[in-house]
Amino acid sequence: MKSAVILFPGINRENDAIAALEQATGTKPVVVWHGETELPKTDIIMVPGGFSYGDYLRCGAMAAKSPIMRAVAERAKAGVTILGVCNGFQILTEAGLLPGALMRNASLKFICKNTHLKIENADTRFTNQYKAGDFVDYPVAHHDGNFFADSETLDRLEGEGRVILRYCDANGVVDPATNLNGSQRNIAGIINEAGNVLGMMPHPENAIDPLHGGTDGRNLFKSLVEAAS
Amino acid sequence: MSANDFNTPITPELVKEHGLNEEEYKLVLEIMGREPNINELGIFSVMWSEHCSYKSSKKWLKTLPTKADWVIQGPGENAGVIDIGDGQAAVFKMESHNHPSFIEPYQGAATGVGGIMRDVFTMGARPIANLNALRFGEADHPKTRHLLSGVVEGIGGYGNCMGVPTIGGETNFHASYNGNILVNAMTVGLADADNIFYSAAAGIGNPVVYVGSKTGRDGIHGATMASAEFDDDSEEKRPTVQVGDPFTEKLLLEACLELMATDMIVAIQDMGAAGLTSSSFEMASKGGVGVELWLDKVPMREEGMTPYELMLSESQERMLMVLRPGCEDAAKAIFDKWELDFAVIGILTDTKRMVLKWHGDVAGDLPIDPLAEASPEYDRPWEPTPKQDRIDPESISAKVSHVEALKTLIASPDLASRRWIWEQYDHLVMGNTIVRPGGDAGVVRVQGTNKGIAATTDCTPRYVMADPVEGGKQAVAEAYRNLVATGAKPLAITDNMNFGNPERPRIMGQFVGACQGIGEACIALEFPVVSGNVSLYNETNGVGIMPTPAIGGVGVISDLGHHATIGIKRDDSALIMIGAATGELGQSLYLKTIEGREEGAPPPVDLNAEKRAGTLVRELIELGLVRTCHDIADGGLLVTVAEMCLAGNIGADLHLPEAGSEIAWLFGEDQGRYVIATRDPDKVLNAASSSNVAAVIIGQAGGDAVSIDGGEKVSLSELRNLNEGWMPNFMAEAVQ
Repeated sequence: MKSAVILFPGINRENDAIAALEQATGTKPVVVWHGETELPKTDIIMVPGGFSYGDYLRCGAMAAKSPIMRAVAERAKAGVTILGVCNGFQILTEAGLLPGALMRNASLKFICKNTHLKIENADTRFTNQYKAGDFVDYPVAHHDGNFFADSETLDRLEGEGRVILRYCDANGVVDPATNLNGSQRNIAGIINEAGNVLGMMPHPENAIDPLHGGTDGRNLFKSLVEAAS
Repeated sequence: MSANDFNTPITPELVKEHGLNEEEYKLVLEIMGREPNINELGIFSVMWSEHCSYKSSKKWLKTLPTKADWVIQGPGENAGVIDIGDGQAAVFKMESHNHPSFIEPYQGAATGVGGIMRDVFTMGARPIANLNALRFGEADHPKTRHLLSGVVEGIGGYGNCMGVPTIGGETNFHASYNGNILVNAMTVGLADADNIFYSAAAGIGNPVVYVGSKTGRDGIHGATMASAEFDDDSEEKRPTVQVGDPFTEKLLLEACLELMATDMIVAIQDMGAAGLTSSSFEMASKGGVGVELWLDKVPMREEGMTPYELMLSESQERMLMVLRPGCEDAAKAIFDKWELDFAVIGILTDTKRMVLKWHGDVAGDLPIDPLAEASPEYDRPWEPTPKQDRIDPESISAKVSHVEALKTLIASPDLASRRWIWEQYDHLVMGNTIVRPGGDAGVVRVQGTNKGIAATTDCTPRYVMADPVEGGKQAVAEAYRNLVATGAKPLAITDNMNFGNPERPRIMGQFVGACQGIGEACIALEFPVVSGNVSLYNETNGVGIMPTPAIGGVGVISDLGHHATIGIKRDDSALIMIGAATGELGQSLYLKTIEGREEGAPPPVDLNAEKRAGTLVRELIELGLVRTCHDIADGGLLVTVAEMCLAGNIGADLHLPEAGSEIAWLFGEDQGRYVIATRDPDKVLNAASSSNVAAVIIGQAGGDAVSIDGGEKVSLSELRNLNEGWMPNFMAEAVQ
């Protein structure tokens, strides 16, 4: 099982991503510099979190124009599994690989804390190790995680089962009180139409070790491996 | 001043504007053998500022213990370095950015964080943890919310972008900081013990290289500003505050570490306070060489910059290096990849002089050693702080019930949860955070090992104010205790000495006393000082801050399988107090908050008892007998237990002693104590007894309330709302 992690200037959770992929696949991922134009052949591509280009202009906007993103888009088209977390989600939306946009948190503040998430669709290559309706506990760490799309797009995402994760409380209740960043319909993660690209704000890669305080994130990576093998 | 105006007449007014007094200027004339030009005067000004020269504090700093077998590098470099075993080293330091943060809280705090991280990665270490010690004015002062909000955003804005977790710190509110907040930032880095980088320049003819951001006009005279008292016009100094660019610093970090993995660097120094001046003089002075700088080659952000501005700018995210000859192209390729400026701006010479060239002309020519080393050193007159009487516990009778007092204390600005602050800091990035903020010390795992580094910052300024010697001891002892409480072996400290105007004997006396106390504690606890920073003149309109020697402590947990956190984990545990209760209510938060009195002698620190208790607690944790531990500090025993209950979401019932003051028992801030939870109390009590450490069962965990002798109680949910509610409510009022 081969995986790749894309590195843009300013990305800072690449080692967290590498650790999670290595744990799940048994092999260290290849790190690909943003200036490259070609990707090695891999089963999984992860766009990790951080502050690509300092989040200047708009989060992910400049990274989306990096040379490597053309190759990433081609792989997306070819059906390769692509996971974008946090800044990675922002980059994928800016690159047009996922719909919607991530705006500043409703609180206008950076938020770093654990949050509960409801697995809305377990029938994807990202969530096959969970059951629909499961609640999981991952941390978030972002300033701009407030998911926005117009209501037509949102309805379509819901209708096609493409909303994968929603912010909820410890009992699975999804309501405005559990919506930590103001996202439309509490959305924390979505997939593309073909189902091979997931963008999500929370960090499953920071919940893979009992010393992290929880291991709920492991199954997400295990799902990727399961689907690709 | 125009670009070539080296001939600006040097008037007494100009000398005064540069912060040099008459005697100092006389020394300048003596060293130069002539009148300096404007560039040279500017250089003397910053090099001899209090901030850069430590002229008032040197005499006393030299008395601090700095050695231990595990110390690789003590004070004098960019940061201290200690051996943490397995060929690895921890590199750390704490530094203040007080004045800039008061004037412009976001950028002041952000660049403070950026500066301290640079100090650490200059030594070859990757920063793996940030902490911060913050002091603001009283909560209802009109500026406090604005300053707190800006400082926290600035710290987060920089640290989060750099991808370094902020794992701990402390925040106090007190009227003495109304006009002069304190922002002390600490960074801990990880390096290979055999690959530490130093600043001593060497190799005549070697190229002097500038990397990082371009130089702009920001921060000129920052070091001088930091060396003077504030007055009502201080806000006009906003242009002297630097502007941070964490993205560039992230690139600089990666580029420097990439270059450090080669053998191309001879010496490296970050450009912090006093920028190019300080870095070039320090490198040359330490290496005993001369430097010729070609200032016109410095990458510039703006047109028309002068040599004077280039030498004094405090633009951020810059480094100065000496490379091995012939490495320029290979080194430049790394900086090109990271899209950073790289310029050869000079050469090492054997003249022991700093010669500044500007398009071929000499813009300045100064001897290096006399300037760097013969800077003034003062033995300022000082007065000891008069001792205060001990508060007799029997003289205090309860005005409210104990539980009411607990509720008031835990919702007070001093003790309310700081979650509002630390949730704005990414404390998880790097995937190695094992103990998050909100406990005694933060703990990060050393990547790829089962070893942990614990770090904390501590100081109780009201104790230092009342008795600088005991307060100095207490700050070190509390840092020691906070590390022990996680199971770490405390190894070394960094000290960030924040005081008022040292020209006042009373203030100087506070400094001298604190140094004495810190020194005594460091020796007794084998906990040496390896780095530090002094910030004086923390006064506004003649009113000084409480003396605040913030101590940053670092320790190592050899096996993370055995570490402790503050939350109670099982409801069938006994609660044991380790350490002796003596009933110290002087300077306690109970006395301040419930009685409205800030007075009395602070709790004395028995350093031998401290060492014995600390060693015992660490051993109990290492043996796996204890997984829950919290030191007893601000607020006393009842507050400590309440915090343990809230963190673990399990209640507790506390026993009162059969005799003596209940208030002193529950709220005294006696030092050298911990509360642990265990299901095997006999083993713990026996171990304590054979270590000659006082230990007594003080209660039992269980239920969903905190109660006293099965009687008066408060539910955890009420307590949580009080504790967690204060700061969000307080800050929400900031919304206009």
